[in-house]
Formats: sequence, structure tokens, C-alpha cells
Amino acid sequence: GLTAADKTLIKSIWGKVEKETEAIGVEALVRLFKCFPQSKVYFDHFTDLSPSSQKLHAHAKVVLGALTKAVNHLDNITDTLHDISLVHAKKLLVDPVNFELLGHCLEVALAAHFATDFTPEVHLAIDKFLYEVEKALFETYR
Amino acid sequence: VHWTETERATIETVYQKLHLDEVGREALTRLFIVYPWTTRYFKSFGDLSSSKAIASNPKVTEHGLKVMNKLTEAIHNLDHIKDLFHKLSEKHFHELHVDPQNFKLLSKCLIIVLATKLGKQLTPDVQATWEKLLSVVVAALSREYH
Repeated sequence: GLTAADKTLIKSIWGKVEKETEAIGVEALVRLFKCFPQSKVYFDHFTDLSPSSQKLHAHAKVVLGALTKAVNHLDNITDTLHDISLVHAKKLLVDPVNFELLGHCLEVALAAHFATDFTPEVHLAIDKFLYEVEKALFETYR
Repeated sequence: VHWTETERATIETVYQKLHLDEVGREALTRLFIVYPWTTRYFKSFGDLSSSKAIASNPKVTEHGLKVMNKLTEAIHNLDHIKDLFHKLSEKHFHELHVDPQNFKLLSKCLIIVLATKLGKQLTPDVQATWEKLLSVVVAALSREYH
């Protein structure tokens, strides 16, 4: 699980992320759709998936908002994301592999925006955090 | 695998910006730190337990360069990647006994190193092209497993 050192590193870089959550969220999603186009099947109702799409911007804010909540509740990510897990598990029926793909795209966005801060140690801490998020999202699937 | 002119140009443009020994070493460093179980294949390299130890380990730099040199060959032979990696695939299966999942992990680390080097220049489209390149290499390396 997350060590005290991990939590410090996660909160530290997230402080920088919080200054531009919408931009980073949009970038992560655009990277997801370009690199892993199969993920677009869950967004037929968006019609426009370009970086200027209003719906995409709104969704990016929702996603990053949930991640920020998780960062603020690192000791209880499972409960924090319970309702979001239910939506993905029962309503949206999103294949969980997509959480890993979006996680990777978010890490690429962080590495591109915060090159000097995204050290191997910070990379490890964020990767561990996103794994906890993925587990929490999968919690209500079956 | 079909490569468009844009993809070919994108691959070459990014490649020209890279310092191969640096990128190779940094990708392996992230692999060993973020996915520490991958060190199982490198017991002969000595201490790989921390960023500091890995950074000063000449065997890591040497191996990183080996990997990047092979990737260079792939980049300059995009239409023959399967053949190019035939022997290396056999070696990883029969001799080195490497779980192919490790190829995917190293690919993820390499893309992240590219992001730290290129910043905004690693646009979603550029990333997509390099993800495609690495997935083709990974498939070629996994091909002779049976």
C-alpha cells in the first residue's frame, strides 16, 4: 500500500496539478483517445472528442475532481470512489483495462508538464496511487 | 503493419532529438524503480535498489544503450521489424526466460522518458505514433514465444 513517503510525494505533485486540473484532464483524455482509440466506444454520446469539446472539458473536470478527492483521502480511496465505481460497474459497463490506459496517459501528461518534478520516485508514488484508484473503481464490478 | 508518411516523419523527428544513452538509462531506471520485480533479470548488474545506485551503475547505461541501438535499427527498418527481432525474440524466450509483460512495462517507461525530454512536443498524435512503434516492437519480441 501507500507509504508515508508515497503520500508526501503524491500530495506534492498534485499541488501543481490542482493549478491546471482542467487542462491536464483534457490532455490525458485526448491522449487516451488518440493512443488507444478503442476507448472512444464509451463516448459515442459526446459527438465531439476534440480538445475544444465542451463536453470533454466538463468530463475532464469531473475526472480530475474525483482524483483530487482521492488524493485528499489517501487512507480511504475505496470508500471515496465507491459511488463512481458503481456508475462504471453497473451503468457504464466500462472494461476496467481502460482505467489503466487512462492512468498511463495521465502519467504521460504529468511527465510532459512537470519534467523535473516527475522523478522516478514520484512516478512510482503516482503509479501506486493510480493502482489504488483502479482497484477502488473495480470494487463493485462483481 | 502500414506506416503513413506522417508516422515515418514523426518517428524520425523525435528520434533525432534523443540522446540514446541518456534515454536508455532513464527508461531502465524507471523500470527498476516503478516495477522493482523486473530487476530479477539483472541480478548480475549488482545494486539496483535505489535511483542513486542505478544512476551510477555502468551496466545499466551499457544495457540501456544496447536497447536503444536495437530500437534505432527498428526505426530505420520500419517495414521489417518482425524479421529484425526474430533472433532477439528467440533469445528472450529460450535463453533469458523473460516474461513478455516486461516489454510492455519498459515501453511505458520509455514513453514517459520521452515526455520528460520533449514536454509539449510529445503531443497526443506524436505519442500515438510512438505507442504504435513500441507495440510493434513488443509484438515482434513476443512472436517466438511458444
